[in-house]
Amino acid sequence: MKPTNTKDPEYYHKVVDCQYACPAHTPVPEYIRLIAAEKFTEAYMVNWESNVFPGVLGRTCDRPCEPACRRVRVEEEPVAICRLKRVAADNKGDVKQHMPQGPFPSNGKKIALIGGGPASLTVARDLAPLGYEIHLFDEQKAGGGMMRSQIPSFRLPEEVLNEEVNFILDLGIHTQFMTYVKSLKEVLGGGYDAVFVGTGAPKGRDLPKLPGRKEADKNIHIGIEWLAGVAFEHIKSISQKVIVLGGGNTAMDCCRTSRRLGGKEVKVVVRSPFDEMKASPWEKEDALHEDINIIDNHVPLSFEVKDGKLIGMKFQKVKPVYDENGKRQLLPTEEDDVFIEADEVLIAIGQENSFPWIERNIGLEFDQWGMPVVDERTFQSTNPKVFFGGDSAFGPKNVITAVAHGHHAAVSIHLFCEGLDVHDRPSPYTNLVSQKMGIHEWIYDSSVAIDQRHIVPQAKKSQTLKDRKKEVELGFDIATAYKETQRCLNCDVQTVFTEDRCIECDACMDVCPTSCITFTVNAEESDLRQNLLVPAENLTQDLLVSKELKTGRVMVKDEDVCLHCGLCAERCPTSAWDMQKFLYSTTKANQMITPFPSIEK
Amino acid sequence: MSYLKPLFRHPKLPKNKLGYTQKEYEGSLSTLCAGCGHDSISAAIVQACFEMSVEPHKVAKISGIGCSSKTPTYFLGNSHGFNSVHGRMPSVATGASMANKDMVYFGVSGDGDSASIGMGQFVHVIRRNLNMVYIVMNNGCYGLTKGQDSATADQGSRSKAGSVNPFQAIDLASLAIELGATFVAQSFSGDKQQLVPLIKAAMHHKGFAFLNVISPCVTFNNNPGSTKSYDYVREHIEATSTLDFVPEMPEIKTNYEKGKSTRVAMHDGTLIQLNKLATDWNPEDRVSVANALQHARTKNEILTGLLYVNTEWKDLHGTLSTCSTPLNKLKEAELCPGTEALNEINAGYR
Repeated sequence: MKPTNTKDPEYYHKVVDCQYACPAHTPVPEYIRLIAAEKFTEAYMVNWESNVFPGVLGRTCDRPCEPACRRVRVEEEPVAICRLKRVAADNKGDVKQHMPQGPFPSNGKKIALIGGGPASLTVARDLAPLGYEIHLFDEQKAGGGMMRSQIPSFRLPEEVLNEEVNFILDLGIHTQFMTYVKSLKEVLGGGYDAVFVGTGAPKGRDLPKLPGRKEADKNIHIGIEWLAGVAFEHIKSISQKVIVLGGGNTAMDCCRTSRRLGGKEVKVVVRSPFDEMKASPWEKEDALHEDINIIDNHVPLSFEVKDGKLIGMKFQKVKPVYDENGKRQLLPTEEDDVFIEADEVLIAIGQENSFPWIERNIGLEFDQWGMPVVDERTFQSTNPKVFFGGDSAFGPKNVITAVAHGHHAAVSIHLFCEGLDVHDRPSPYTNLVSQKMGIHEWIYDSSVAIDQRHIVPQAKKSQTLKDRKKEVELGFDIATAYKETQRCLNCDVQTVFTEDRCIECDACMDVCPTSCITFTVNAEESDLRQNLLVPAENLTQDLLVSKELKTGRVMVKDEDVCLHCGLCAERCPTSAWDMQKFLYSTTKANQMITPFPSIEK
Repeated sequence: MSYLKPLFRHPKLPKNKLGYTQKEYEGSLSTLCAGCGHDSISAAIVQACFEMSVEPHKVAKISGIGCSSKTPTYFLGNSHGFNSVHGRMPSVATGASMANKDMVYFGVSGDGDSASIGMGQFVHVIRRNLNMVYIVMNNGCYGLTKGQDSATADQGSRSKAGSVNPFQAIDLASLAIELGATFVAQSFSGDKQQLVPLIKAAMHHKGFAFLNVISPCVTFNNNPGSTKSYDYVREHIEATSTLDFVPEMPEIKTNYEKGKSTRVAMHDGTLIQLNKLATDWNPEDRVSVANALQHARTKNEILTGLLYVNTEWKDLHGTLSTCSTPLNKLKEAELCPGTEALNEINAGYR
């Protein structure tokens, strides 16, 4: 194999599994260390810089970082990254002083943002400090989009959301709430230099063809619409017997909200097996804890109506069958169809995009599925003035993905407004600094805690079920949070190897607790992976290969289960190994360096 | 500085016949200098014991004083250990072996411990042919007292402070052969591929197995001009052979070139397969070995690998005709057989 090019910022970035997995590439270990040092304000700002909504995400994030956490490769549970983020948000001091302070000198450009959700707000935050005049349109009475209308208050208190939305609106954003944009053409005619569409996936899927759907319409609701109704207090109660159809996080929010509005017997009925439901495992757990029955492998057949009133639903029992490619099919079992009683049904089987307000003759192409054609890197549509982001770009995902889209789109909008090529993306900011403090001392806490993941305490069920706004999770107290921070392996502190210092004493290879380091004869990658002390079978993890050493061998380090304990560097007599902290940050629009004007000869 | 090794190990760490991973053979985290050759030798012992599926409780590590003699703390943490008096490890090992002949004995010593203060003990344990593995971690200096030249420092070798050693070196391997040691090998801490099979073979040798391992002292004797530095040793090393330790009688699959390959059968049926690199050398002929060592010395080469092996001599228990049961397992009934038996013995002398 060729020597690894560690100058490529993506090499070390990939070693920081959590940050790499985060769509917005939040520097997770960096803020976890700040929490351990009780520097909550600083930890909050590290988050805010990357993911804009630390308080919201610390409660509701889909946590793509956690399954990626290196810890699951050496023990069972990842670090509670998401809930540690909340600790930073809960205990922060005055963060506003660290944020950009308006009013900003105008750059004479005007931007329209359609939709007031996480993607649009991110664009607003990134562009406002550059002097753009930003107009934000939303049909609701306040900003936040789906974070406000779909995430129930018992998971995300309104104050938390308001605070973080206002941090952005206070940058001098011109808001036009209670305004439904009926025509993109009209907006484009409004003299804007660019338009960002962040309208989400606002249409909940229905089961229009299921028998009884029309007759029972009064007692059947679309999940996300119903949740919005509850959030804006148009709906205040539900019947005692409720069926929620669907197995995603919206279904979990529907059933738990039902329990708070009067639902006594709330059942979630889902087609897929329990383990394959789309809902996050912790959301399923919380639902079960609130006495909600989750019935899996049931396909809805009909709404049963008696005397013009919904009395329940019929389901067919199925079982999953997998072909050799692991593809699942749900085949009916021989058992009888099942009738489940219900007074009301909530349909939470997914949501879709909907663009009835975008004219099809304004140079903005749509694909065969009715989705706008959007560039995956620049988020620019085929109308160069119009950019998309969040769920409206590529279909429903989650808040953190919307934020990431927002950052990219803001960069593109800025490049576009400056008359530059939107494909010419700014490189990430990186920094690599030695952590050496003494001969065998490091600035970071290198010892590896063997603690199991700590559980976030919850308020009593008797209280939370009574009040829809009472937050269920209480968050870690500072002492528990500290213990949890110590489970972080500091994967951003990289093992940096300098070949010409190595005397091949084997000390690093001998001491490495997880047998990551091998000195061996070089070979092709597939052979080399097999020739290591423990074969490197996790192909998603790279090998760090050195240049040829004096004895003709190479040093090969399998990044897979490296604990970043620093022992290799401690036992190295010549500092050929060093522990160096790698900070990686995607460049946001407001951090872009303005290029010097070219000097004409 | 870390004092504890993290408890996590690679989840796919291989297991040996006993179901143990290498973790069960490790010791505490070393407190020797970073990069010390001794740590590599410890790791080689761990690897050898793991691969041979030795039960850790059937091993005893005995040492004297010195950097080398600290190492038993850093390997085989589940085995027995005795850190004895300076240079007196052979006596303690002899006592232990006399009491319980069923154990594997690792004697760990250094150049000071064996070639100076313990020279008398070293010489006599060879004479007794005690069944043990005797490893000298040889760095040519007194690392624990800041690097003075030891008795194995080569004449002309330069210390870190710049002084040149005026005295002749004691060549422990030559001495062991001269005294009739039954297994003599020389190796280098930086070459585990050679060292691990040598340790395995030494553990299988029934008798005194001597391993002189050059082990650079990174702190005091790894400077230019030293003949025990990593660079010098790598440049001057000359292997007698490549060596495979074959734990079970195998089918013969490869035909080695005649005269280049030698097999030595051990007492327990295991084999050492040697593929000779040096000419005019026969590992079962003491004279050829002594010559090879002398030739190497005149050429400033360090001859490594298995140098000499003799499986015909009896070990100490054989010479003394002790009973097959280890002495510490004999019960009162066997040790005090009663008046009748005593009378019988007495009658034998009449």
